[in-house]
Amino acid sequence: MSSKRTVQFKIYRYDPDKDDKPYMQDISVELEESDKKLLDALVRLKAKDDSLSFRRSCREGVCGSDAMNINGKNGLACLTGIDELAQPITIRPLPGLPVIRDVIVDMTQFFKQYHSIKPYLINNDPAPERERLQSPEDREELNGLYECILCACCSTSCPSFWWNPDKFVGPAGLLAAYRFLADTRDQATSERLDNLEDPYRLFRCHSIMNCVDVCPKGLNPTRAIGKIKDMMVRRAV
Amino acid sequence: MVKPVIVGAHYGFRDWLAQRITAVVMALYTVIFAVCALTTLDGSYESWRGMFSGGFMRFATFLTFLSLFFHAWIGVRDIFMDYIKPTGIRLALHSIVALLLIGYAGWAVQILWRL
Repeated sequence: MSSKRTVQFKIYRYDPDKDDKPYMQDISVELEESDKKLLDALVRLKAKDDSLSFRRSCREGVCGSDAMNINGKNGLACLTGIDELAQPITIRPLPGLPVIRDVIVDMTQFFKQYHSIKPYLINNDPAPERERLQSPEDREELNGLYECILCACCSTSCPSFWWNPDKFVGPAGLLAAYRFLADTRDQATSERLDNLEDPYRLFRCHSIMNCVDVCPKGLNPTRAIGKIKDMMVRRAV
Repeated sequence: MVKPVIVGAHYGFRDWLAQRITAVVMALYTVIFAVCALTTLDGSYESWRGMFSGGFMRFATFLTFLSLFFHAWIGVRDIFMDYIKPTGIRLALHSIVALLLIGYAGWAVQILWRL
C-alpha cells in the first residue's frame, strides 16, 4: 500500500482586498502517512498555497480556533479525521458570521453574546483565605458545562442564532449561563434568570438540537437550556 | 450611529409556559373529544348537537379554542419576530393577528352556544 495519497478539496476563498466576491476553489493535496486529521491536510495546503487563511493553534481540540464548516457540518479541523470525509472535502467558513478572509470569520457577535451572560462567578461574600469550597456532589453539577471551548460550532449551526444573532444568546452562551446558574458558589441566580427572561435571549431556542449534533466536545446545550427553563418554572410557581 | 439592541421584555418565560400549558389542554381535549365522539355519535346531526348540549362539553370545547388561539398567537408572533424586522410592519401584523384571534374567540362562543 502506498503511503502517499491525494485528497481533493473544494475550499471557500475570499480575500476582500483582491476578490469582488467569494468563490469555491478546487484544489488537491498530497498527504504523508502521518497526516491523519483535516487540519494536517489544511497545513499541507497552506504550504502549497500560502494565501489560504484559516485559524489554528493547539491542534488538539482545546483552543477551538479551527472551527469551520466541513462537508456541510460544523466541526474542528483538528478533531476530524480525513478518512471519515467524503471527497471532495468542502470547506466553508462557519455560517452566519461575517467573513474576514477565506475561512476566518469575525466572532465579535458571538463573544458579545457570551459576555452578556456575565461568564464569571458573582459572589459578594468576602473572599476566603484559600478558596471557595464545593462538595463533590455540587461540583458534579458543572460537568458537561465547563468544558466548552467557545469554538462557536454550535451557535453558528443554530437557525435562531442566524436569524437573531444580536438578540438570541445562542447555545454556547446559554450553556455558559447555566454553568454559572448551576454553581452553588454563585449568588446572582435571580439576576441571571432576569437577564434571560425575554422572548429572544433564551426563548428563541426551539430545541432543534443542531448544537448537540455538532459540538466537538460532546456537550449538550439543549439540556442546559432546558434546565434554565426548569429553574424559571421553579422560581415562578 | 449604531442602533442599540433592545432586549429585556419580561414576557418570554410567561409565554413559553403558556404555550406548554395550552398544548396540554389541547391534547387532553383531543382524548375527551375522541371518547365522546366514539360513544355518542351515530352520524346524525341530532347526535352531534346532543354531544355539545352538555355544559361540560361546551366548556371544554371553548377552553380548547381559547388555548388554541393563545397557542397560535405565540407561535405566529414568534414567526413575525424572526422574519419581519421593521417595527411598524411587525406591530401592524401583530395587531391584525391578535384582533383576528379575539374575533375567532367570539365567533366560537356564538357557534357553541347556538348549537
